[in-house]
Amino acid sequence: MPQGDYIELHQKRHGRRLDYEERKRKKEARAVHKRSKQAQNSIGIKGKMIAKKNYAEKAQMKKTLKMHEESSSRRKADEDVQEGAVPAYLLDRENTTRAKVLSNTIKQKRKEKAGKWEVPLPKVRPVAEDEMFRVIRSGKRKTKQWKRMVTKATFVGPGFTRKPPKYERFIRPSGLRFTKAHVTHPELRCTFCLEIIGIKKNPNGPMYTSLGVMTRGTIIEVNVSELGLVTPGGKVVWGKYAQVTNNPENDGCINAVLLV
Amino acid sequence: MNMETSQAGMGNTVMCLLTDPEGTNLGSAMYIPQTAGPLQLTQLVNKFLNNEEMLPYSFYVSDEELLVPVGTYLEKNKVSVEKVLTIVYQQQAVFRIRPVNRCSQTIAGHAEAVLCVSFSPDGKQLASGSGDTTVRLWDLNTETPMFTCKGHRNWVLSIAWSPDGKHLVSGSKSGEICCWNPKKGELDGNPLTGHKKWITGISWEPVHLSSPCRRFVTSSKDGDARIWDVTLKKTLICLTGHSLAVTCVKWGGDGIIYTGSQDCTIKMWETTQGKLIRELKGHGHWVNSLALSTEYVLRTGAFDHTGRQYPPNEEMKKALERYNQTKGDSPERLVSGSDDFTMFLWEPSVSKQPKKRLTGHQQLVNHVYFSPDGKWIASASFDRSVRLWNGVTGQFVTAFRGHVGPVYQVSWSADSRLLLSGSKDSTLKIWEIRTKTLKQDLPGHADEVFAVDWSPDGEKVVSGGKDKVLKLWKG
Repeated sequence: MPQGDYIELHQKRHGRRLDYEERKRKKEARAVHKRSKQAQNSIGIKGKMIAKKNYAEKAQMKKTLKMHEESSSRRKADEDVQEGAVPAYLLDRENTTRAKVLSNTIKQKRKEKAGKWEVPLPKVRPVAEDEMFRVIRSGKRKTKQWKRMVTKATFVGPGFTRKPPKYERFIRPSGLRFTKAHVTHPELRCTFCLEIIGIKKNPNGPMYTSLGVMTRGTIIEVNVSELGLVTPGGKVVWGKYAQVTNNPENDGCINAVLLV
Repeated sequence: MNMETSQAGMGNTVMCLLTDPEGTNLGSAMYIPQTAGPLQLTQLVNKFLNNEEMLPYSFYVSDEELLVPVGTYLEKNKVSVEKVLTIVYQQQAVFRIRPVNRCSQTIAGHAEAVLCVSFSPDGKQLASGSGDTTVRLWDLNTETPMFTCKGHRNWVLSIAWSPDGKHLVSGSKSGEICCWNPKKGELDGNPLTGHKKWITGISWEPVHLSSPCRRFVTSSKDGDARIWDVTLKKTLICLTGHSLAVTCVKWGGDGIIYTGSQDCTIKMWETTQGKLIRELKGHGHWVNSLALSTEYVLRTGAFDHTGRQYPPNEEMKKALERYNQTKGDSPERLVSGSDDFTMFLWEPSVSKQPKKRLTGHQQLVNHVYFSPDGKWIASASFDRSVRLWNGVTGQFVTAFRGHVGPVYQVSWSADSRLLLSGSKDSTLKIWEIRTKTLKQDLPGHADEVFAVDWSPDGEKVVSGGKDKVLKLWKG
């Protein structure tokens, strides 16, 4: 490789050869043959590399040619038959695609019997008893420590009345009682504020289930009548299970995901 | 005390005046015993009209149906015995359709959602169009597929039988129309092109105006309606004028074509030259659906519940007879349902102004349908209710609630006593008009029900929807 610009300098001072253009033209004409001879006679890795390069160039050239051809010839646009056929009265309307809500009632019933559930949060951090309850001292000298106050969100049914204060061991403060949950449908991706009907299972233990404590991972039953779901038998579905996904005692609201 | 005894003395009879729905009196006011119920009144009316056979009638006092003896009605409503009681009588259909209550067959066959179904006017054949671009003909005796008609390039959005049952025409999403021979299941000629966007509705010319059936009109999203001739296979007239999509088209019994459009207007066209006669304005949003009071009789042509076949020249006469019987003396009525949650009742040949505005729905009205005898209007809406209105005055009668999803389509039984509705919640429901309650619930579809139809002979109901199967229901 030339170091410096002495070649250009000479060309500037003395010009080029007199037959420079002629030779250049002929050399370029011969270059095609040279290239093809090279491509045919190279062997080994060199030959493969040359072949690969040539193929890539050929494919690219073909594409550009086709593109040019397309614009010159006129063709009727072929409409593809799309999925999701709707009748004429629904064509101009944007409908939210509803997830098909079917056939799961039988499966649900079977799972209920088995006690097994496919839930979005299979494992949750276990909550210790001292985290769940706070000891309340009672009695004249405040020495008795048999009462406990629940520190997590709870659900008590609509007809709930407290036991006589002298005998109630577990206190569920009304500030931590919730009736509604924000339930998200996993497929529709929309959230509804639905009433809680009851607590189905708290993973921390049956005692918490019976108390109605809602922690992360608890399965609750919500009232879905406003969603307008119908079973194949024609009955209207009004209760469905959902799993709590947040820590309600920290957030002040219950977020759950519907189990479909 | 005196009042009571005098009332008791007069208590045996009451002065009544029988009138027909149009207002003409039947005889003069007469004394009728208070124990007379609908049965005795029927006998009376039959005698006065000199009917050869006993025809059934229903009686209405101030728009409320009279189901109990006259005396009980008087007591309940505290109507004075001294005033003349006007009782309106209406003839009911002679035949009675049995309500369907079971699914006799679920026929699979379509590869995509079923978009439209239609029985032939004689009730012997069934055709359905679907998103898999085929039209299928089904055998009703064995309840199995008969023919698969391929020829469309995109979803088949609407199908229509000619009123004599000899032609079947279907329109697709790519704007082409195919004519089929229903006996062989073959394409008749080539697909008819002309429309640039999808076909929203097809309507045939009534048989009593021209027999055999040749002309039909189609409406499309591109804003015009075209009148085609099925034998010449070309467009006769193109009715342009709407600025937005034409959502529905109906060929009226008096030879006028009505088109409803998304530009909130309804236009009336005359059919010889394709000129605009009138424009009916009033709606605030898209006009979704039109219905004529004589629609059912125009669709079935010369066929009636007896199932007799007529030779071609007699067909026209018989169809005209049936048309005049249903129409009566009053002009043809048109009802239009719109996205602005209301419907208008028009008498288009009389005036440009609507006769009545029917409000009450809380969501858009998707489908409106007159009963076969023209006495009731049923409207299906996205607010999950079906409303029943008086077909002559447009007064609201009752709302049928029960569906939990938007109601897509309604269909009447041939005797106008039962109403069928299909909804997005995958159920069909049959409502009884006399008691105004739910008669039968027909669940079973796995997904939304897009199209329902009741056969003109009343035997079967067919429904098709997103779950790609056709369900036949029987009584």
